[in-house]
Amino acid sequence: MSSPETAAHSFTPAARAVPGFMPLFRSELLLALRRRADIANPLLFFVTVLALLPLGVGPEPELLARLAPGMIWVVALLATLLSQESLFRADFEDGSLEQLALTPQPLYFAVLAKVAVHWLVTGLPLALLSPLLGMMLNLPEGGYLSLLLSLLLGTASLSLIGAVGAALTVALRRAGLLLALIVMPLYVPVLIFGTGAVQAAVDGYAYGPQLAILAALLAGGTALAPLAAAGAIRISLDN
Amino acid sequence: MMALQASPSQLLRVRQLSCERDGRVLFAGLDFDLGPGQALQIEGANGAGKTTLLRTLIGSAGDFDGEILWNGRAFPAALPELRAHLLYIGHGAGVRRGLTPLENLAWYGAARDEALRALEQVDLFGFEDSLCQQLSAGQNRRVALARLFLAGAPPLWILDEPLAALDIAGVSGLQGQMACHLSRGGSILFTSHQPVALAGLRTLNLSEFASPEPAGFAEETIDVLA
Repeated sequence: MSSPETAAHSFTPAARAVPGFMPLFRSELLLALRRRADIANPLLFFVTVLALLPLGVGPEPELLARLAPGMIWVVALLATLLSQESLFRADFEDGSLEQLALTPQPLYFAVLAKVAVHWLVTGLPLALLSPLLGMMLNLPEGGYLSLLLSLLLGTASLSLIGAVGAALTVALRRAGLLLALIVMPLYVPVLIFGTGAVQAAVDGYAYGPQLAILAALLAGGTALAPLAAAGAIRISLDN
Repeated sequence: MMALQASPSQLLRVRQLSCERDGRVLFAGLDFDLGPGQALQIEGANGAGKTTLLRTLIGSAGDFDGEILWNGRAFPAALPELRAHLLYIGHGAGVRRGLTPLENLAWYGAARDEALRALEQVDLFGFEDSLCQQLSAGQNRRVALARLFLAGAPPLWILDEPLAALDIAGVSGLQGQMACHLSRGGSILFTSHQPVALAGLRTLNLSEFASPEPAGFAEETIDVLA
C-alpha cells in the first residue's frame, strides 16, 4: 500500500452510499449470470419431472392432457421454491446484506432488485419453456397461450412471496423445509388461479378473469412483499 | 488539511451502555466519547462483546441499555444521520465473492478510475478484474479496505478487526491511511488484538466492563473449553 496522500477529500453525508435500484439490479444480474448452475438447476428439475411424468402415469394422451395444466403449474412452483433458499444466503454470509441495511435508501428497492433478477433467471425461462412441455404432455391447443401468460404473471408472484420466506430464514443454517412450510400456504392462491386460467382456456372458456386476479396478486405482491422481506432481513440481521 | 463540509462536530457519545446476547450480559457501564480526529481501539478477550458493541453502535443490534448519542441526539432517532456519516466494515467484509474487486467498489458507489486508484493503494493492481472468490482471504480483506482509500469516504469509520489476515505491508499501509483520516478530522473506532501504531490512539478493554455475575458463568464455560 503506497502513500495515503490522495486527492481532494471531503466529508459529505452518504457520498459513499450503496447505489440505487438500477446499479443494484445490474450487479445482481451479473452475479446471477455468473452462477450458471443456479440458473440451470430449477430448469432441469422442471424438465426432468415433467419428462418422467408420462413414464409414471402411463402415456395415454387423454390422461396426460387432463393432468397437464396442474402438473406443469405444480412443478413450476416447486422449481421456484427450490431456487429461493439461496436468494439472500450469499449476501448474508459475506456481510453485504448488512451493508445494504446500513444505507439510507430503503431496503425495499434492494429486495425488489434481487427478486426481479430471480424472476428473470428462473420464472421467465420456466414460463418460456412451458409451451414445449405442454406439447410433451399433450396439452390441448387452446391452453398454450394461457399457460404462458399465467406462468409469466404467477412465477413473478411466487418469487416475491418466496423472498419473504427466504428473508425470514436467512440466518438459519438449514432453512429448506422451514422455508417451504412458510411460503407454501401463500403460494396456494397463485397456484389455484394459475391452473384455473389454463383449465378454463382448455375447456374453451374465457380465462381473462383468472389472469386479472393473477395480475392483481402480482401488483399487491410487488407493493407489499419487498416491505415484508426488508423487515424480515432486519430481524435476521439483529441476532 | 481539508475543511469538514458536513457536521463539523460529529461526536459519538456512549453512556452507561450495556449489551446482552442470548440472555447473557456481555458488558455493562461502558462510557466513552469519540470526536473528530480521534481514534479508539476496542480490546477484549474473545467473546467479550467487541463485535456486538460495534453492531450496536451501527444500529444492527437493537438490544442494549444505556445511551448512545450522535451529535447530541439519542438512538434510535439519530441512527439515519449516523449511518449517513458511517463507513462500516464488519466481520463479513461485505465483499461479494462473485464480483471482481472493481465491481465490488462500484457496488459501493465508486467511479471506475477512483476505484482503480484505491485498488492500487491496497496493492491489488492487476487483480481488479479477477473474481473475488479466486483471491486469498488477505486479498479479499484488502478489497474491503480499499473502501477506506476512496475519495469522499464518510467521516466515521467503524471497523471490525481491520488488520485480520493482512500482511505487514498491508498493516502499515492501513495505519497510514488511518492516520491520514484522523488528520483530516475523521474518527475511527475499531477492534483489534494487535497493537496499532497511531498517534493519540486510546484503547478500551471490554473485559474490564464484563458484568460480574454472568461473567462468572462465562469464565466457567471458558474453563470447560480449555
